[in-house]
Amino acid sequence: MHDSHAAGHEEHVHIVPDGTQVLVWVGLLILTAITVGASVWFPGHVGVGVALVVTPIKAALILMFFMHLKYEKPVFRWMFLVAVVILATVMGLTFFDYSHR
Amino acid sequence: MSTQAAAATGHVVHRDPIGAKTGMWLFLFTELLLFGGLFVIYTVYRHMHGADFHEAAHELNKVMGVTNTFVLLTSSLTMVLSVAALQRGLKGRSLQWLAVTFLLACTFLVIKFFEWRAKYHHHIFPGNPHLAELPAGEDLFFNLYFMMTGLHGIHVVIGMIVMSVVFAKIRSGSVNAERHGTLEYTGLYWHLVDLIWIFLLPLFYLTN
Amino acid sequence: MAADNAAGTATIHTGPGYTGSYFDTPLDGRTGLWSWLTTTDHKRIGLMYLAAMTTFFLVGASLGIMMRLELLNPGLQYVTHKQYNAMFTLHGVIMIFLFIVPGIPAILGNIILPLQLGAEDVAFPKLNLLSWYVYMAGAVMAVTSLFTGGGAPDTGWTFYAPYSLRAGTNVSLAVMAAFVLGFSSILTGMNFITTIHRLRAKGMGFFQMPLFCWGLYATSWIQVIATPVVGITLVLLGMERWVHIGFFDPARGGGPILYQHLFWIYSHPVVYVMILPAMGIISEILPVFARRTIFGYKAIAMSSMAIAGVGYLVWGHHMFTVGMSDTARWVFSLLTFLVAIPTGIKIFNWVATLYKGSIALEVPLLYAVTWIFLFSIGGLTGLVNGALSTDIHVHDTAFIVGHFHYTMFGGAGIGLIAGMHYWFPKIFGRMYDKKTATVAWGIIFVGFNTLYFPMLVLGIMGMPRRYADYLPKFHTPHMISTFGSWILVTGLIIMIVNLVRGARRGPKAPDNPWGGTTLEWQTTSPPPQLNFARTPENPGDPYDFTRIIAERGQGR
Repeated sequence: MHDSHAAGHEEHVHIVPDGTQVLVWVGLLILTAITVGASVWFPGHVGVGVALVVTPIKAALILMFFMHLKYEKPVFRWMFLVAVVILATVMGLTFFDYSHR
Repeated sequence: MSTQAAAATGHVVHRDPIGAKTGMWLFLFTELLLFGGLFVIYTVYRHMHGADFHEAAHELNKVMGVTNTFVLLTSSLTMVLSVAALQRGLKGRSLQWLAVTFLLACTFLVIKFFEWRAKYHHHIFPGNPHLAELPAGEDLFFNLYFMMTGLHGIHVVIGMIVMSVVFAKIRSGSVNAERHGTLEYTGLYWHLVDLIWIFLLPLFYLTN
Repeated sequence: MAADNAAGTATIHTGPGYTGSYFDTPLDGRTGLWSWLTTTDHKRIGLMYLAAMTTFFLVGASLGIMMRLELLNPGLQYVTHKQYNAMFTLHGVIMIFLFIVPGIPAILGNIILPLQLGAEDVAFPKLNLLSWYVYMAGAVMAVTSLFTGGGAPDTGWTFYAPYSLRAGTNVSLAVMAAFVLGFSSILTGMNFITTIHRLRAKGMGFFQMPLFCWGLYATSWIQVIATPVVGITLVLLGMERWVHIGFFDPARGGGPILYQHLFWIYSHPVVYVMILPAMGIISEILPVFARRTIFGYKAIAMSSMAIAGVGYLVWGHHMFTVGMSDTARWVFSLLTFLVAIPTGIKIFNWVATLYKGSIALEVPLLYAVTWIFLFSIGGLTGLVNGALSTDIHVHDTAFIVGHFHYTMFGGAGIGLIAGMHYWFPKIFGRMYDKKTATVAWGIIFVGFNTLYFPMLVLGIMGMPRRYADYLPKFHTPHMISTFGSWILVTGLIIMIVNLVRGARRGPKAPDNPWGGTTLEWQTTSPPPQLNFARTPENPGDPYDFTRIIAERGQGR
C-alpha cells in the first residue's frame, strides 16, 4: 500500500476486474444449485454433508472477492480468523455439554 | 474538528481509509457474533430435536428460499460493481448499479413478506398459540426461523436505508472516486447480510 | 501485527496555537457546557464518563450499604424478601454494567491511551462522543426500570430463565438497558483497537507500546467479540417475554441451561474486560515507583492476550451445579485452571519489578501493592471455585460473593483508584493532598478486608448468597462484614472528596511529578487540546529509566 502524499488524498486502490466478480457470482449460483440439488436428490446425511462443505466455500468466495479480503493487508484476514475461531470454539465447547448428556 | 478551526490553526487532518476500514470490519465481527448466538441455539436444538426439525422444515417454501438466495447473491454482485464503478470515477454507472442493488433488496423483502404471510395464515407465527401445541422441536424450529430471518430482515431494511443515504451522497458528490469509503463500507455491510443468508438457507430451507 | 505499519502513515500534523490546556476554550471556539456536550476531545469525554460513573457508583454503593444494613442482624428489619431481591439485582446491574465494565477503558483508557501512543486523539473521535451518549441512554433506562412497569427487577443481574421469562417486575426495560450499554462498550472497543493499530507514534511498534495499551488492546477485542453474544441473548429474553418464543422455556421445549451458556459466554470474558485494564495500570505504576524497568515486558504483554483468549473457554465454571454433562464440567474445570497461568506470570513479574528497586511509597504505589494483595486473594479463591469438588460446596454461597468482590472491586475498582491517583496530576494539572489520600487508603484497605473476608468464611460455613435472612450461627461474621462496609464507605468518601478538592484547588502539578517514562509525561499537565506541541517520534523503550535516573537520581 502506498503512503498518502497530500491531505485528503486516498491511496491507490486495487479494483477487482468486473469480469472476475461476474465469474465469482456465477460460481456462487452454481454452488447454490449444487447444495439445493443435493438436498433434494440425496436427502439425509449426504445433503447435509454437501451443505456443510459447500456453504463455507461460498462464504469464502464472498469474503475474498466481493469483500476484497484477498487483496487487503494480512492483518484483516488475521482479525477475521480470530473472530471466526472464537465463534467456532464457543459453539464447540457448548456441545461438550449437549452431546454428552 | 471543524474545517474553520483546522484552517485557523494550520492543523492538517489526514484521512485514514485503512483505519476506517478496520473499524468497519470490527463492526462486522460484532454482527457475526450477534447472529452467531442464534446459530448456537439452532445447532443445540437441532441436535436435540433432529426429527422434529426435519418435519417442520416441510412447511417452508423451498422455491421462495432459493429464489431469495439468488436475489441476494445477485445484489452482492451489483453492489460490488457499483463500488468498482465509483472507484473508477464512473458516477452514473455507480448510481445505476446501486439502484439495482436497492431494487433487488426490495425484491427480497417482498418475497419474504409473502412467505411470512403464508405462515401467518397457517397460524405459524411467534405468539400464536398454535405453535405451543406442536411438538417441542417443531415449535422451536419455527420460532428460530422467525427470529433468524426476522433479524436478518431488519438488517436488510437497515441496509436499504443506508444505501438510500449513500445514493444521495454520491449524487451530491460528497462520496466520490477520491473519497469512496462510505460506499465501500456499505458494500461490506451488504455482503455480510448476504453471507448470513447463505448460511440460513441450508439451515431452514434445505433441512428436509 | 508487525505487518500493519500504521505508525507514520496516519500521523496527524500539529501546528501553531497548541498551547494552554484542554480545559480552555476549544480550538473551534465553542464555550461552556455546550463545548463539553459536543466535544470530540477524548480527554473531555473521559471526564464526562468519570462524572457519570462516579455518580452511578455511589448509587450502587448505597444499595450495597442498604443490603449490608439488612444483613447486620438475622431476621428482616428493613425490607421484604422481594425488595431485597430487587436491591441485589440493581446493585449488580449498576455496578457491573454502569461502572465496572465501561470503567477503566471509558475513563482512563479514553484520557490516557492517545497520550501514551503519542496521538492527537482516538481513531474515531465522533464515535467516541456517541458511545458516551449511548452509555447515558442505557444508564437512564436502567435507572428508569426502578420506577416503571412492575418495579425494579428482582431476578439478579444474571436474569436467569425461567424466572426472568415471566417475572412481573420490569425485566424487559432492564435487559434493554443492558443491550444499549453493551453497544456503548462495543463502540469503545472498536475505537481503541483501531487507535492502537493506526495511531501509534512513528517508531512505536506494538512491542514498544506501554503495557496499559496492551491491556486496553486485549480488553477491546473481548468487548467487540463477546458483547454481541449477550446482546442477542437479552434480545431473545425480551422476545420471550413479548411473544413467547420459548428458547429458554422448558414448557416449550427450550432449555434454561442454554440461556446460562449464552449469558456466561459473554459474562465470563467480560470479567477480563474489567481486570485487564487494571492489570495494565499496575504495570504502569510499579516501574515508576521502583524506578526500574518492568520485569518481563513481553511476557506481560502476551499474557494479556492469552488471558483474553483463554477467557473464552471457561464460562462453564459458573454452571457446575445446574445440570451440565459431567464431560462439560471437567473440561471447563481444566480450562479454568489454565487461565490462572498467565495471571500468575504477571504477578511474579510485578513482584520481580519491585525487587531491589528504589521504592517511593507514594499513594499510587500503595494502591498498586494493595491491588496485588487483594487480587491474589481473589484469584486464589477462584481456584477453589474452579475445582469441581470444592465448587459444589461453595457455589451460590457468600464465598462466591467474597471471591468476585476481591477480584472485581479489589482488582478493577482498586485499579481505577490507583490509576486516578497516578494520572491525576496529568489529567487535572493539580496535585491532591497526599496525606489525606494515604489516610483514605488505609481506611479503605481495612474496610475492604473487614467487609469481604467474613464472606469467605460465611460461604464455607454454608451461608447462601442473595438471601436477606439467615440462621443465628452466621450472625457474628455478618456483623463484622457490615461494620466493614461502613469503614470502607468512609474511606471511599474521604478519597473522593480529597480528589475533587485537589482537582479544584490543589497545588499546580509539574509535567512529570513521578518521573514516568511513557509519552503522557512528555507533555504538559494538563495536556493541550491536541495532546502534544510537537508530534512525538521514536519514543524508544517505554520503561527505560536511565534518563530519569540521570536527571533525578535513584533517590527521591
